[in-house]
Amino acid sequence: MTAEPLLLTQKLRKEFGGLVAVDDVDFTVPEGAIVSLIGPNGAGKTTFFNMLTGVYKPTHGRVFFGGEDLTGKPPHAYTQRGIGRTFQNIRLFQNMTALENVLVGMHVRLKGNAIQAILRTPAVRQEEKEARERGRALLEFSGLRRKDGVIGRNLSYGDQRRLEVARALATEPKLLLLDEPTAGMNPQETAEFTTFVGRLRTERNLSVLLIEHDMRVVMGVSDRVTVLDYGEKIAEGEPKEIQKNERVIEAYLGKAAVTQ
Amino acid sequence: MRRRIGAEISRGWWAILGAVGLSRHRWQTLPPLTRRTVKAVIWAGIGLLLIRFLGVWNDSALLVAVVVLLLVIPSYDRLRVGGRNIGKWVVPAVVVALAIAYPYYMAHMPQVPIFGPFPQVSTMVAMMIFSVMALGLNFVVGYAGLLDLGYVAFYAMGAYMAGWFASNQFSNQNLNIGAVGLYKGDTGFHFSIFLVLIMAGIATGIVGVLIGLPTLRLRGDYLAIVTLGFGEILPQIARNGDNLFGFNLTNGTGGITPIDGPGFGNWLHAHLHLPANFLAAGNLDSVFFWTALLLVLITIFVSARLRDSRLGRAWIAIREDEVAAAAMGVPLMRTKTWAYATGAFFGGVAGAYYASYKGGAFPDDFFFQISVFILCMVILGGMGNIWGVIFGACFLSYLDREGLSNVGSWLNGHFGPGGSDVQIWHKPLDVPLYEFGIFGVILVVTMLFRPEGLIPSSRRAAEFHEGVREEYMYDVEHGSPITETTESM
Repeated sequence: MTAEPLLLTQKLRKEFGGLVAVDDVDFTVPEGAIVSLIGPNGAGKTTFFNMLTGVYKPTHGRVFFGGEDLTGKPPHAYTQRGIGRTFQNIRLFQNMTALENVLVGMHVRLKGNAIQAILRTPAVRQEEKEARERGRALLEFSGLRRKDGVIGRNLSYGDQRRLEVARALATEPKLLLLDEPTAGMNPQETAEFTTFVGRLRTERNLSVLLIEHDMRVVMGVSDRVTVLDYGEKIAEGEPKEIQKNERVIEAYLGKAAVTQ
Repeated sequence: MRRRIGAEISRGWWAILGAVGLSRHRWQTLPPLTRRTVKAVIWAGIGLLLIRFLGVWNDSALLVAVVVLLLVIPSYDRLRVGGRNIGKWVVPAVVVALAIAYPYYMAHMPQVPIFGPFPQVSTMVAMMIFSVMALGLNFVVGYAGLLDLGYVAFYAMGAYMAGWFASNQFSNQNLNIGAVGLYKGDTGFHFSIFLVLIMAGIATGIVGVLIGLPTLRLRGDYLAIVTLGFGEILPQIARNGDNLFGFNLTNGTGGITPIDGPGFGNWLHAHLHLPANFLAAGNLDSVFFWTALLLVLITIFVSARLRDSRLGRAWIAIREDEVAAAAMGVPLMRTKTWAYATGAFFGGVAGAYYASYKGGAFPDDFFFQISVFILCMVILGGMGNIWGVIFGACFLSYLDREGLSNVGSWLNGHFGPGGSDVQIWHKPLDVPLYEFGIFGVILVVTMLFRPEGLIPSSRRAAEFHEGVREEYMYDVEHGSPITETTESM
């Protein structure tokens, strides 16, 4: 791990009218780490995510990625710098094939412009061919072998989740943000997915930030866990510490669980 | 529902055939060529019977049948010459050839029941020009999914570009670049129309970007309203542009006329037999038609190439789910502006060409109805599908030019005063008068029974039945739709 964290937020805050969804959160993801963000429903996890990807503009506070201040930039700038994401409620391009979904993900990494596309210059043809090959390889890596021609909405639920990850990987991220990736998966799929997240780090050199409710996944893969409650960061540390942290138990189970 | 009926018919059909000893299995084991031939013969037979039954038999009908048979039976997809697959070009090539030859054989075509004779060549010119415009709008509406109600602004911009650069409008200037058919003493800019077409396309493309930058941050209904506004502002400028701080830009309500015709000049005429001046050519309409056809082909080419490119994928992604597209790195503003500019480009080209054909550019070219008319073509034909859009454009502009009055005279002849069948009404019915009512009905019927259009793109059809992601993640705090970030989400 390097001294400079890959992702850094300073006093990141988001207010919706009078509601403080995220309350001055300082947060880091070191390079090469798998960090989990947990918290009860409505704790502000997804809002926080959306600020890390440019979807929301923070009320105040800053987001640094790789040392660069990205606060206030549009989402595609975040993607371009190397933050890829998936969505909590799957947002695939439902009527595009799996391969086309992945190709859209490659948008920022491809160069061909409109004029070149009309003339179909050798450079563009070559680029498209390579993109398709890379796309197929990515689908295979994500466990979607031979599904490249299938329309998004015809994929099974688990495959749609996988395709979301493949599409995010196609943006060639340094940091991958997964928003409840195992929601709705059965235990076996969840176990497979946990292994898959581990592979992302070892084989693709990725850092991962994970929002997750399934504690087996969180405790299984994370180096560090951050807990949000009512928009505030209430705890941070290694999975084992978090499991024993009183405030965390209180947030999840209520005060009675602590005092007993 | 429709599909179930189709399946029922199919099942009944095979039951009957099975009874006479030709089961479905036996059919499917036949070689493909035989199957194609039999199928083609059956279809052609049905078509010919229909023609015969309707009493419009003619040699040309037979010719058409033969051409259809030749196109359907062989499996051109597998035709390879020197390792290149040329098969897929056979059908389009024949269609284009038929279109090119149209002025020569149209006089021999049979009368179609109700609709009367085949369209005049001058109508075909309009059909081609509207095809270019509809394909241009298809970039915006069909590909990127942005509703544009002010498309006519680009068309009229193109027309005025032709007015400025190919007429006597700016009489204190005197510049002639390749123009044809000028008289002694003509002043003003006179550029070759072919040059003007490109200039008009580029100029309207730039205007498209300028209009797009502030408006494309809006989405859905808001965008539609703002484009509607632009479509109303520009004609006012044109109407009052005869005195812009003392400068006569548009000649006001009188419009700019006459505008030069296209032409290749004497040198090319002498060497390649290309028409020197379209307006002076004996077959004026045909020459205009062929050139318009070429414009359509270019537009189709660009449409297809862009659709299958990185940019085209980004357009479709935005149409399907804007938030996800942005999160996957598609720059929303730039991508939408490209769609707008490309659409504007072709609107401008079509406008300039039409102005040259009509010989003038007028404020009335900006009628809001034209925006709606072109939008109808795209919707009726099938958003996002090149062939559907062309079909919609040709069909509606045909109805506009000839079809409705032909239908009207047929109706009056049969049911009107002195009608041959039953006399239902006593004053002749002026059908073209109800044009927009009829288009409205066509549109409503399309929306009810086939919302994806007659020839939809498969993707678009699915979207209409499954829906697209329309929920946006509004940024409440930065709720003004002006900042890039807000708009992006």
